[in-house]
Amino acid sequence: MAIIERDLYIPSIDAWIDPGAPKARAIITHGHADHARSGHGSVLATPDTIAIMKVRYGEDCADRFEALPFGEVLDLDGTRVSFHPAGHILGSAQVLVETAGQRVVVTGDYKRLPDRTAEPFEPVSCDLLVTEATFGLPVFQHPHPKDEIARLLKSVEAQPERCHLVGCYALGKAQRVIALLRDAGWDEPIYLHGAMIRLCALYEELGVPLGQLIPATGMPKGAMAGQIVIAPPSAIRDRWSRRFPDPVVCQASGWMSIKQRARQALVELPLVISDHCDWGELNQSILDSGASTVWVTHGREDALVYWCKSQGLDAEPLALPGLDDDGGEGAE
Amino acid sequence: MKQFADLLELLALTPSRTRKIAALAQYFTEVPDPDRGLALAVLTGEMDIRNVKPALLRETVLREVDETLFGLSYDYVGDLGETIALIWPHHGEGELPSLSGVVEILNHTSKADLPRVIGDMLTIAANHERWALVKLATGALRVGVSARLAKTALAEMSGVDLQAIEEVWHGVKPPYGVLFDWLEGRTERPEIDHTARFHPMMLSTPIEDSDFDRLDPRDFSAEWKWDGIRVQLVLGRDGVSMFSRTGDDIGGSFPDVVEAAMGRAVLDGELLVGHDFDAKSFNDLQQRLNRKVASPRQMQELPAFVRVYDMLFDGDEDIRAFGWEQRRARLEAWFAANPQTRMDISELLSFDDWEAVGTLRRQGADEHGHEGVMLKLRTSPYVPGRPKGLWFKWKRDPNVVDAVLMYAQRGHGKRSSYYSDYTFGVWKGNELVPIGKAYFGFTDEELKQLDRWIRANTLNAFGPVREVKKDLVFEVAFDSAQQSTRHKSGVALRFPRINRIRWDKPAQEAARLEDMDAFVG
Repeated sequence: MAIIERDLYIPSIDAWIDPGAPKARAIITHGHADHARSGHGSVLATPDTIAIMKVRYGEDCADRFEALPFGEVLDLDGTRVSFHPAGHILGSAQVLVETAGQRVVVTGDYKRLPDRTAEPFEPVSCDLLVTEATFGLPVFQHPHPKDEIARLLKSVEAQPERCHLVGCYALGKAQRVIALLRDAGWDEPIYLHGAMIRLCALYEELGVPLGQLIPATGMPKGAMAGQIVIAPPSAIRDRWSRRFPDPVVCQASGWMSIKQRARQALVELPLVISDHCDWGELNQSILDSGASTVWVTHGREDALVYWCKSQGLDAEPLALPGLDDDGGEGAE
Repeated sequence: MKQFADLLELLALTPSRTRKIAALAQYFTEVPDPDRGLALAVLTGEMDIRNVKPALLRETVLREVDETLFGLSYDYVGDLGETIALIWPHHGEGELPSLSGVVEILNHTSKADLPRVIGDMLTIAANHERWALVKLATGALRVGVSARLAKTALAEMSGVDLQAIEEVWHGVKPPYGVLFDWLEGRTERPEIDHTARFHPMMLSTPIEDSDFDRLDPRDFSAEWKWDGIRVQLVLGRDGVSMFSRTGDDIGGSFPDVVEAAMGRAVLDGELLVGHDFDAKSFNDLQQRLNRKVASPRQMQELPAFVRVYDMLFDGDEDIRAFGWEQRRARLEAWFAANPQTRMDISELLSFDDWEAVGTLRRQGADEHGHEGVMLKLRTSPYVPGRPKGLWFKWKRDPNVVDAVLMYAQRGHGKRSSYYSDYTFGVWKGNELVPIGKAYFGFTDEELKQLDRWIRANTLNAFGPVREVKKDLVFEVAFDSAQQSTRHKSGVALRFPRINRIRWDKPAQEAARLEDMDAFVG
């Protein structure tokens, strides 16, 4: 019997990793909506991921929670489960499943560029690696996020009469962008769309300081010149944005490296800040794991499978139902 | 190269026309010759780097990147230049030469060495420089800048009139040292042979009902308003050019006209297609527009010709200061002396009073599909721009149809948070079929009301497009209707605009597809 099946079901402990529908037992890699859903019987996750799920879906979004800190091992009748930092967002984990002599790692979403709002990625050796491939094409070569934030601050300085609206996913990307701004010396208040407020507060509670944050709604238009506002991507070009003076529409996403896409999305200042591995990091992670078999999911599987085979590895794509495959703005 | 890359990136991403012009003007002010002139040539499509073609860039990349991975990436990105810029795997220290240095290198490297030389440049380029470099090399900019916008920026930067710049434009060559010397006041305006350049055109204004009382019909000539595109034919010493209204030379797409022209003159007329000077519809003309090269088959099926209505230069003589009547006499004499196979003269209509013109206008529209009538003051000189009171257009009454709003899409720029582009349809049985799309004809206040209505009545959202409840009727005005295989309805409207919003009208009472037959000419 295999340790894990192609839909990420682990038969020996009757558990699913990031299932798309309610299950009796779910192991959750991180709090994004395409991985963490409400309605499971029991949820096994890191303490921070459980805190995020409770804030997003309510205290009773699962019948039972089992918190397992990074590096600790849960032994269930010979099947050993442990979490290892994935570097994607706060609490995000890779899942290591071990049985007699066999090691499987499911990465969830992950990245390796520095991010002080998430525990840094740690390579885990294994026999079978299940990796994401959101940016699994060699055209994706993410720049250092510090350089991208410097571009944002330069634009703010050059256009003091305008307001910069930065489109970010509410969980993870928003807090990371705020932290990057603080680290680059931006001491002004940062203004938030309503959708960001609870999760920013949670990050601070969990020990990630973000500086002074103010709700953007209700501020007089004149006061917002020269300021930075963080909002979900859907809001920055919609009605909500009319309240700001001549806004510069910015978006922080790995997709923004493709200028034609930024143009089509009416983004004036694209910021290539991604919470996923780029092509080089994916290649490096596969080699670091020492895995002889690689399953590829979540994105542009073809190219990564092709690359694995060229390295002499066994590789195949997994089509997981319900997970992002639109290659577009949908992936968190 | 960095400044040029910064400029291109800003142009590609800022939706505001004003900001684009300001950025261009700033670039032309700050950057020295010859770099700024070369940038101008790139932006206006006057730059051709002969030896660098897409195939060569592909070859350069495939020396370094696996072909399968490149293919998958290209499929995903969709733009060859951008794929190359993003996928280049080597990154090294160094600085690219200036724009003119890069152009020099690309033009003076042997074909065999180019892949290596381009590769070295890609390696030391910063991300957006790599993107700009590939755009420069392929010539496919796609940054939303027209030649006219670049010239508008020259006007902005120098305070020189845009028309004056357009006049000299076709007589100056990259890197435009002579042009910048003049714009910055160091030299006189360059003297340019008139046969080599575009002369800004004289345009008409719509006639108002109140005008008829004060205008004497005896002072005016009348002719049909032709439904083609306005062109200026420059029959010069060194060849023939055909310019569009904005000064773009479109002669290359119409060799049938250009090669058949005889004599020397500068003529003003309408480009049309059809056999034996029998003009076909604008729809037919469109098949030949926007094509760089006309196929022999197209030229046979849709031969082009120019219906001439004015003359600016008779041989080398500038006759623009003459009255219309004198110019017309010169034109007729010139035609008699220079027989043409792809040009004829626009006929004059005879009439006694305005009422007679009105009758002609209606008959012309109903029986021949003419767009309307042009009225020209007999004593009027040829004045570039849109002078008041000299040339009038009296368009046919628009056709109108009541159609139902089906889909709404977000606009661009200032309108990007509003649903401002509307697709509407008419009834075919119990189903609506789209007949057209319009994004103007309403006031700002109405736009706000429409935006609210659309958000409150959305059935489905597909990205930036919303499908709405089939409840709102627009009175849509349009110039003409044509059969179309592109639309499900089989009908396409020319120049549709929202005439009125019929908040009051039930959708069931909107037009039916059968009603459209009456408009299809």
